[in-house]
Amino acid sequence: MEIDFMDSQIKGVSTGTTILAVTFNGGVIIGSDSRASIGGYYVSSKTINKLIQVHDRIFCCIAGSLADAQAVTKAAKFQISFHSIQMESPPLVKAAASVLKELCYNNKEELQAGFITAGWDRKKGPQVYTVALGGMLLSQPFTIGGSGSTYIYGYADAKYKPDMSREECLQFATNALALAMGRDNVSGGVAHLVVITEEGVEHVVIPGDKLPKFHDE
Amino acid sequence: MAAATAMRFGQLSSGSDMAPDWTTKEVSTGTTIMAVEYDGGVVIGADSRTTTGAYIANRVTDKLTPIHDRIFCCRSGSAADTQAIADVVTYQLGFHSIELDEAPLVQTAANLFKASCYRYREELMAGIIVAGWDKRRGGQVYTVPVGGMLVRQPVSVGGSGSTYIYGYMDSNYKPNMTKDQCLRLVSGALSLAMERDGSSGGVVRLAAISETGVDRQVILGNQLPKWSTIYLTIYPTVCLKDWRSTLLSKGLEIYPTVCLKDWRYTLLSV
Repeated sequence: MEIDFMDSQIKGVSTGTTILAVTFNGGVIIGSDSRASIGGYYVSSKTINKLIQVHDRIFCCIAGSLADAQAVTKAAKFQISFHSIQMESPPLVKAAASVLKELCYNNKEELQAGFITAGWDRKKGPQVYTVALGGMLLSQPFTIGGSGSTYIYGYADAKYKPDMSREECLQFATNALALAMGRDNVSGGVAHLVVITEEGVEHVVIPGDKLPKFHDE
Repeated sequence: MAAATAMRFGQLSSGSDMAPDWTTKEVSTGTTIMAVEYDGGVVIGADSRTTTGAYIANRVTDKLTPIHDRIFCCRSGSAADTQAIADVVTYQLGFHSIELDEAPLVQTAANLFKASCYRYREELMAGIIVAGWDKRRGGQVYTVPVGGMLVRQPVSVGGSGSTYIYGYMDSNYKPNMTKDQCLRLVSGALSLAMERDGSSGGVVRLAAISETGVDRQVILGNQLPKWSTIYLTIYPTVCLKDWRSTLLSKGLEIYPTVCLKDWRYTLLSV
């Protein structure tokens, strides 16, 4: 029997979530929904924050088993701050992503978690890195992940343009999250967005009733 | 750790890894199909890929099947199942139309599909979108997904590639669009899905059904709408003498070790 229909359990072993990270002119926006669910039947938290700060200008968000993700990010946070102290300078985003990649690749049998790392550093400016399930590290201008991301591939491919302004990028990220949360039953709650630039980090929270609405709502 | 290794071992020794997919897998229209209503008719579209596992059995399939003069269905799922159901419904609807002595309603066709899909739901794997025009209600789209539900929707997508375009469809569809806007929406959405879904591809087949008739078109691969994530495409009008400046203007660096014979392949794989 062919099972190639809308089965998010088979598409990737990610537990319910929608995460994304997009670079714009001068910074990067990383965003996620806020729902944690057990098996798609029970929402264990409506307001969980999946955006974890691993250093001053570097955030990461998780797709997959929350337990694995919390353990890995805790280890990664320690390693990155140690590295940053040794080097006496803020870490590169690529270094943070590499730390996560090493942890994911060396423990690939036991772990079921993928990461998106986004941040700003002095050398290359705003960057986005994906660490996939088996430990592959990939740099992209923008990336989407989690079970809800399948529904917005088309939207993201169509609407993304390089070098957007901060407002355009915020609108793009908010719309993408709202669309995914509208179609994926294991993504929902509020939209968490973090804007990272050279100047600093700004956390924007958009509650459910303020999210953009589309034609059938 | 031990359990994972044992699982890997099991996979290595299973026989189906040796034989190619097309000897073991069923023919499937893993696909992307879409239908949109507008005032005066409907626009339907589909990709053109039929696969048996990883082999593309037909790269120019026509998944838009006429059921009656102004009623079409878009097929997704098992190719055999959907062809058989479409044949049965075509016969039933033709007979009904002769008895009635007038053109059948789209709702009738949709209910005939639902009757077959629901009665034999355990044996079948078919997701069908029925769309057409009739005198009573104008353009209508009915979707009959796997399992045999029937629901009318102004816009519907189906098939394995449809998951990738829900967001695009939700944000770009507005009620009361014109026929041309619908054609652009469908061809845009299908090309996005074909980019992301391995089981969808080939050409885009479109049909616009209205009172005056059925207008079919084919959009070939190189004519599809392009999006910004496709950073570099090669146009045959680029003068080969200027290839260096073309590369530099696209932001690529030129390394003297690149074999010039493979420059097209090199650019495409960047």
